[in-house]
Amino acid sequence: MCLAIPVRIISINGTEAEVEIGGVTRKASLMLTPEARVGNYVLLHAGYAINIVDQAEAEETLAIFAEMSELMESE
Amino acid sequence: MKLVSEFRQPELADGLVSSIQRHVSKEARFMEFCGGHTVSIMKFGIRQLLPSTLTLTSGPGCPVCVTDNADLDKAIALASLPDVLVASFGDMVRVPGSRSSLQEAKAAGADVRVVYSTLDALSLAKENPDKSVIFLGIGFETTAPTVAASIMQAEQEGLKNYYVLSLHKLCPPIIKALLDSGEVNLQGLICPGHVSTVIGSRPWEFIARDYGIPCVVSGFEPLDILQCIDMLTRQMANGEAKVEIAYRRGVSQEGNQTAMNIMQKVFEPAPARWRGFGEVAGSGLKLRPEFGRFDAELNFDFDPGPTATPKGCLCGEVLRGVKSPGDCSLFRRTCTPANPVGPCMVSAEGTCAAYYHYGEDDVR
Amino acid sequence: MPLTIITVKTMSDKILLAHGSGGKLTHDVIRSFLAALSNPVLNRLDDSAVIEPGGRLAFTTDSYVVQPIFFPGGDIGKLAVCGTINDLAMVGATPHYLSLAFIIEEGLPLSDLERVVASIKETTAAADVAVVTGDTKVVNRGTADKLFINTAGIGTVPSGANISGHNARPGDVLILNGPIGDHGIAVLSQREGISFATDLKSDCAPLNGLVAEMLAASHNIHCLRDPTRGGLATTLNEIAGQSGVSIRIYEEKIPVREEVSSACEMLGLDPLYVANEGKLVAAVAPGEADSIMERMKRHKYGQDAAIIGEVKEENPGRVVMKTRLGTTRIIDMLVGEPLPRIC
Repeated sequence: MCLAIPVRIISINGTEAEVEIGGVTRKASLMLTPEARVGNYVLLHAGYAINIVDQAEAEETLAIFAEMSELMESE
Repeated sequence: MKLVSEFRQPELADGLVSSIQRHVSKEARFMEFCGGHTVSIMKFGIRQLLPSTLTLTSGPGCPVCVTDNADLDKAIALASLPDVLVASFGDMVRVPGSRSSLQEAKAAGADVRVVYSTLDALSLAKENPDKSVIFLGIGFETTAPTVAASIMQAEQEGLKNYYVLSLHKLCPPIIKALLDSGEVNLQGLICPGHVSTVIGSRPWEFIARDYGIPCVVSGFEPLDILQCIDMLTRQMANGEAKVEIAYRRGVSQEGNQTAMNIMQKVFEPAPARWRGFGEVAGSGLKLRPEFGRFDAELNFDFDPGPTATPKGCLCGEVLRGVKSPGDCSLFRRTCTPANPVGPCMVSAEGTCAAYYHYGEDDVR
Repeated sequence: MPLTIITVKTMSDKILLAHGSGGKLTHDVIRSFLAALSNPVLNRLDDSAVIEPGGRLAFTTDSYVVQPIFFPGGDIGKLAVCGTINDLAMVGATPHYLSLAFIIEEGLPLSDLERVVASIKETTAAADVAVVTGDTKVVNRGTADKLFINTAGIGTVPSGANISGHNARPGDVLILNGPIGDHGIAVLSQREGISFATDLKSDCAPLNGLVAEMLAASHNIHCLRDPTRGGLATTLNEIAGQSGVSIRIYEEKIPVREEVSSACEMLGLDPLYVANEGKLVAAVAPGEADSIMERMKRHKYGQDAAIIGEVKEENPGRVVMKTRLGTTRIIDMLVGEPLPRIC
């Protein structure tokens, strides 16, 4: 519910990561997502990564939307 | 912005909007529990894309708004103590308590700092060894693990001047209280996105099972919300009531176990007062005794003073979903963002603030 | 560029109360400013500057209290000069003369003051304006936040020019000279407790040159405004209110840098409400919009100019935005200060 945005991990130092979105970088704590790796996208909330974003699911969801739009057009 | 812009593409909205139109057959009311969803719905004008038979009602999912005046008064009293620095998320600073606000206390000389993260509060504690840094813990299960993590870090690093005033609350108990009150008749629940990222989708199962209400966990971008509403209308059309996840890239059934463990290690459930609901058993978080030395409630001598709630303020009813901001006689007249009477008008995700700011009602 | 400072026996590298007392140390500080900002009027060091600007005068005043005083893309000095110049330019005036008053907190490093004055020199020279009079006060530690600057500016308004927030008319086209939110986010990135890193610089710039180009292209520029504190949203609301019109803008037409969008997403801010210091919005007669835009795009501060909306008659005072989704949303004025939120 709270504001969390997807950011990309560009480096990790212990439990701290440097994350990036659209050219803006910030430090983030990985204490809640110790399994995160460089290159992962994580949800950043109040300075902590709260989850690893499932990119495959993201793409699948977008594909579903595209399919629904195409279906509509062909009607 | 990757993983954000893609979920705002207007070209992909049409299919979802048309599907919703096809699946809605009768009047229905869905509640978006979470303040973040209220803002997204208003900001993107989602209602304008929905059939008129569908009503969206806001719920009590704004942790700032549901903070009772008695609790906010505690924070203000603490801020007014000598050698205390209160670090708070920005939202809370302008909310009026019984007599004052953190912002007013700051103008009167209290050291109140807005922070983005508990990590900033920990830094403030290290940089100000002569002060007691008290972090104002507001937020649901999304935020509570981050605060718990900060306490564990403070313990590891031997920080002696870091404290937390825990006003954290839990979502499932309040939704149960809301449904038990029988005040709102819902045909669907738009379940919180990032709370579910932490706790998973299983905690919502009781809603579908015991109350027969379709539940779908939603993301925050416009396509996410449309998808969620589409899935709710499909359940309705099929006569189903189950918990589904629309926000699949951000939420799993089990949630983030590490975050849950950290939260449960530091906090335990306790009764909590919710604006509009009174005390609800097991709906709050309290620091466990072994972390007592970080608990602001236990380590400071402070007097919040008598609690007062403003006359005519309908925040409670708005939070319970029984009234809309327009029903409040103070809305837009004596209660405005510049002169708020209650937190719903102040908080960035308060229902009244969202209605005032985005002016949904008047715009077509 | 280093200033020349006369050394005295008890030299300090910090500003002392004594530097503001009017005595020798004050004179030392002033002399060093003079060396940097030198011009015939200022050099006379009379109690008042005597000038003969001629014609219709535009007169403005402003105070600058930005925190921190140095930020990516500028500092409080550059801000003070540009802000004053821009206020004059927004009524179509050619800026000529500035006054400059410093209120310095005791303990401010001299090197900081030197940097600010050097920046003022650079900015005034580039914009072809002169600081002709000034004042310096030093106050006790804790009673001013490092440095406050107050300015006043005088410019001349060409005869026939009638540019005002009251003059926007239904049918007018709205032009913005470039992406919004740079300044506010650049400053925010330096604030303690809100740390994030970005290459973003403040857009702080003097717009008098750009405005001159626009005025050369058209006599039908009805309104000019610089969206500073409160952002574009607040400025558009002001125009709508003053002119008794409504405004409609289009989300997809408003230029915003990716870094600004990202920082705003991160902090829960809306670029429409973030301060700018090198931007203007113009309400112009519809037939002239294209020729004005063409001129703007050839200027350094107008390269990313865009038409963002139009002025309408119904619902006076209201500002609405068509979102990318095709839905409509009201754009309200800013209330309070945009605090980063989490929830």
